[in-house]
Amino acid sequence: MSTLKGRNLISITDFSKEEYIEVLDIAEDFEKNPKQKILSDKVVATLFFEPSTRTRLSFESAANQLGARIIGFSDPGGTSVQKGESLHDTIVMVSSYSDLIVMRNPKEGSSRYASEVASVPVINAGDGANQHPTQCMLDLYSIRKTQGTLENLQIAMVGDLKYGRTVHSLVQAMCNFNATFHLVSPQELKLPSSVKMSIKDAGLKYYQYTDMRDIIPTADIIYMTRVQRERFPDPMEYERVKDSCILTASMLEGCKPNMRILHPLPRVNEITTDVDKTPYAYYFQQAQNGVYVRQALMAAILGVR
Amino acid sequence: MENKKEMVVSAIENGTVIDHIATGSVYQVIRILGLEGYKDEVLIGNYLHSGKLGKKGIVKIKNRHFTRAEIDKIALVAPLATIIDIENYKVVSKFRAEIPDHIDNVVRCANPKCITNAEAVPTRFDVVDRENLKLRCHYCEKFTSKETMKFVE
Repeated sequence: MSTLKGRNLISITDFSKEEYIEVLDIAEDFEKNPKQKILSDKVVATLFFEPSTRTRLSFESAANQLGARIIGFSDPGGTSVQKGESLHDTIVMVSSYSDLIVMRNPKEGSSRYASEVASVPVINAGDGANQHPTQCMLDLYSIRKTQGTLENLQIAMVGDLKYGRTVHSLVQAMCNFNATFHLVSPQELKLPSSVKMSIKDAGLKYYQYTDMRDIIPTADIIYMTRVQRERFPDPMEYERVKDSCILTASMLEGCKPNMRILHPLPRVNEITTDVDKTPYAYYFQQAQNGVYVRQALMAAILGVR
Repeated sequence: MENKKEMVVSAIENGTVIDHIATGSVYQVIRILGLEGYKDEVLIGNYLHSGKLGKKGIVKIKNRHFTRAEIDKIALVAPLATIIDIENYKVVSKFRAEIPDHIDNVVRCANPKCITNAEAVPTRFDVVDRENLKLRCHYCEKFTSKETMKFVE
């Protein structure tokens, strides 16, 4: 029986390297055959205390395809939460109605707390700027699928490396696989030192750049993120750097044939649409992979795989 | 006479003396140890002369002994404090508080978006750096340091 049965997934560091691999292997099986009614006697609660399009639909599609029933809300308006019910009480109540809770909440640490209060497993679907581990799992799945391995890769990360929680989680996860990191960002949005420290602690290397063109010939994966105007105290600074993290099709000349571009989406303008038609664009398939990974997580945690 | 002069806060027969508390931390020590509701003698001295600290605070608690875990909680606010166990007016042990590996419900999380600042959730921290007093929140995973540290009311 899998070690994942009955477990919570709150932070990417909750699972071991072997456990990530196990989830990815199960996800691969679901990709081949996504409609398996193995959760037909289960109820999955999706509690979205703030709006989300991709994550919620992806979880609900995953649960539906496995035959589970879904209860929950996509907005706390009209629920007891709006009447002032505490997270504690909401979770205790929902625990008694469901076999698994998937939760997104803007308060950081709310999912960890929910997992301590709930009598059923909790999957964190995003707790503010803190963690979003299922996004990280689908990033790993996409990297393995496009490269055939997770080991010894050249991973370039571009854009807002300071505030992007997906970047921090992916760096932490890839530290298990002997990656080399190429970090491209404006000065104001460099990777925080605590995250760089985890690269150093793993005995791995990172290189920092301000011009994306420097990493095109080296990268196996280019992980793009959005640079948001509101991150800059000075709008002039934003205007100065905003184009330095935009990827266009013409920039891709000279890249490795196996190179693929990932993006957690939504995209605004940081990848121009002419990139979509190149063989290197992988961000839409990446979002689709989220369904298989979430199927794998739910099946493993509920002990049916 | 010499002895009498030093005994600004009178001796206790049985209990605990917490000496060499920084003057600004005396009332925090009392709160952290939960002595506000203690129903026996608690003697508090503050801004007393100290050879070591210049000025110091001292707390004497009659008929109460503390576990190591209880005492270690005060290391955050009174790192130089000496804890003296007294029985029958005699010192039976003397030790210093040490910063523990985990700190529960003593410090507030510095992250305003943390769930512990939004709901009645007791705080929990892992101590990641004793020397510079850096704590990592068990919930939001953000760091709280000496400069941003506030104590649970």
